[in-house]
Amino acid sequence: MNVRWATKKTMKEETDYRPMWSELGLDLEKHDALLGVLGKSYGDVFLSQKDRPEGMGYLDFVMSEVHGLRVKEVMDARKDGKVVVGAFCVFVPEELVLAAGGVLVGLCTGADFGTEKAERYLPRNTCALIKSFFGFTLEKVCPYIPTCDLIVGENTCDGKKKAYETYKDLIPGEFLAMDMPNTKSAEGREVLRKAYVDFAKQLEEMSGRKITVEALKAGIATANAKREALHRLAKLRHADPAPISGLDALLINQVSFYDDPVRFTGSVNKICDELEERIAAGEGVLPKGAPRLIFSGCPMAVPNWKLSAIIESSGAVLVGEESCIGERGSQNLVSDEGETVEELIDQLVDRYFAIDCAIFTPNPGRCEHARQIATDAGADGVVHYSLQFCTPYQMEAPVLERKLEEGGLPVLRLDTDYSQEDVEQLRTRVEAFVEQVRR
Amino acid sequence: MRIIGLDIGSRTVKRVIVEDGRMVGHRVLPGTHDPLSVCEEMLAGQEYDRVVATGYGRRLFAEHREAGMITEIRAAALGVRHVHPTARCILDIGGQDTKVISIRPDGQVGKFEMNDRCAAGTGRFLEVMATALSYSMAEFVRAGDEAEEAQAINAMCTVFAESEVISATARGVDRASMARGLHEAVSRRALAMLRRVELHDDVVFCGGGALNGCLQRFVAEGLGRDVHVPDEPQILAALGAALSALPEPG
Repeated sequence: MNVRWATKKTMKEETDYRPMWSELGLDLEKHDALLGVLGKSYGDVFLSQKDRPEGMGYLDFVMSEVHGLRVKEVMDARKDGKVVVGAFCVFVPEELVLAAGGVLVGLCTGADFGTEKAERYLPRNTCALIKSFFGFTLEKVCPYIPTCDLIVGENTCDGKKKAYETYKDLIPGEFLAMDMPNTKSAEGREVLRKAYVDFAKQLEEMSGRKITVEALKAGIATANAKREALHRLAKLRHADPAPISGLDALLINQVSFYDDPVRFTGSVNKICDELEERIAAGEGVLPKGAPRLIFSGCPMAVPNWKLSAIIESSGAVLVGEESCIGERGSQNLVSDEGETVEELIDQLVDRYFAIDCAIFTPNPGRCEHARQIATDAGADGVVHYSLQFCTPYQMEAPVLERKLEEGGLPVLRLDTDYSQEDVEQLRTRVEAFVEQVRR
Repeated sequence: MRIIGLDIGSRTVKRVIVEDGRMVGHRVLPGTHDPLSVCEEMLAGQEYDRVVATGYGRRLFAEHREAGMITEIRAAALGVRHVHPTARCILDIGGQDTKVISIRPDGQVGKFEMNDRCAAGTGRFLEVMATALSYSMAEFVRAGDEAEEAQAINAMCTVFAESEVISATARGVDRASMARGLHEAVSRRALAMLRRVELHDDVVFCGGGALNGCLQRFVAEGLGRDVHVPDEPQILAALGAALSALPEPG
């Protein structure tokens, strides 16, 4: 049986990807089980929504093929000699990978899968994101991991950097530990610059292609265009009524890590055209005046839709995300002013170094960014989301809560993981928060 | 108009009947493994215009019966303000939740805090600990109240705290001092939550946990303020649920 995501397919014959998955060494039985669960969850969470933009059909298609056609595309690229790089973090610059003629894919970290096996290597009180990428790898259910020539592990939090010491021996391809600064100082900037220079060197060696000024400028243009499309989407969500659900907007941001960047950008812009029409016609996913919330906190990787689904089934609409999968990840563009590769790498560093990740100390910009997003989006409140055992975000949570509330913006602070057992507890808090801000 | 408020909690189901804006009766039953049947028993033979459910079972109930739903946060706020109109802060210790709710001068919920997902520092925690010490609940509360010394209990996870209690027993620690230590631990937890919200008088303690005299004492002592415990503190969320069906005053 060919297990598929439960999406509507009308135009296309179903392709049998099992030979490809076997070739990649996946555990077909467990992989079927995973796709079965994900497909059902996708149907329940996304396809049950009313009044979705038509352009979301493209995202449905991408998700239905996320372990199929997209993997095949990446494998084909690899067969053509392109270097395939896997990453877990927004600090890994796609521009450099593109300039080396390669493909960058975000790796699966959003589901409670293979936790038991992961805990053979990791302490139980490790965050769900780290357990998840161990679980996906150890259970052999992620088709991207064996497709990658290189996986980059960035030394962000302590959990990740120590986990990578073990992880690098669990993957078939090469591993690069990318060092990360923890202060926004001149020394910190130099750490990031050196990390990018080393990364560029490794990409050149692996691809056999020299990164040229032209190629890097083209990579910058492609990545900027993707970010601009996401910025455009973020801005359109400021309209009341909101023209698109927070779930669909989250999905678009999630897919930005997997999909071909040029095709993705075109599709997002098409969705944005449609949203502009909706706004002009006063149409929205909920009536005007419905409670509006934003997220701030840890990233939500596919298929982590739990909190968004709870919030949007409680009568509120999500209108922004201060998150890596959201406006923290896509903020700012890279300037392409420069005559040499070194100058352009400096431009990359300028853009990435400004990301308000909680690994930096101090990190005042993040709270300001959350406040800005909430203000621009006309939000009634902020839901702060931390993964359990994610020290950087859990530490920032009460500070951010106090500062935002002093400014009159109610904050609901939630700690959770990828399991489904606490859905009802979370729902009680979320519903009470929606009751609180609805006025 | 006759309205029934049902609070379907983790340990008990509470029913309050409100007629013409006034409470005319209430009942509390154990929730058992089948709270829906308990709800049916609560409704059997009753005449009413509306039912509003709150508590963890509210969604389950609303799937089976035509009923309104509100969260236990708003329900507790409505119920407490009805019996104690000057309440500005509520501590509600239930079976598996501890909640702190601050109420604005206009009566609306200002902010709330809830314990994490496990039953740490809740009514259920104390029940398990009483059993671990071979006390009935009443004996456990009395022992905690009368003990001069407190054995410090650090773990707040039910499972780990039970291990602490068992190893302390094995060291020959007096069980009354453990009873006191456990009550102090739960109070400390509640006090930490209370201090996370803006505290204004009056502070009202409700939920089944408010029936525990030892907890009442430690919370009031720790807070250094009067802590008011209404009559029948465990039914106030059910009362609030029923009151929520009334048209808004004014």
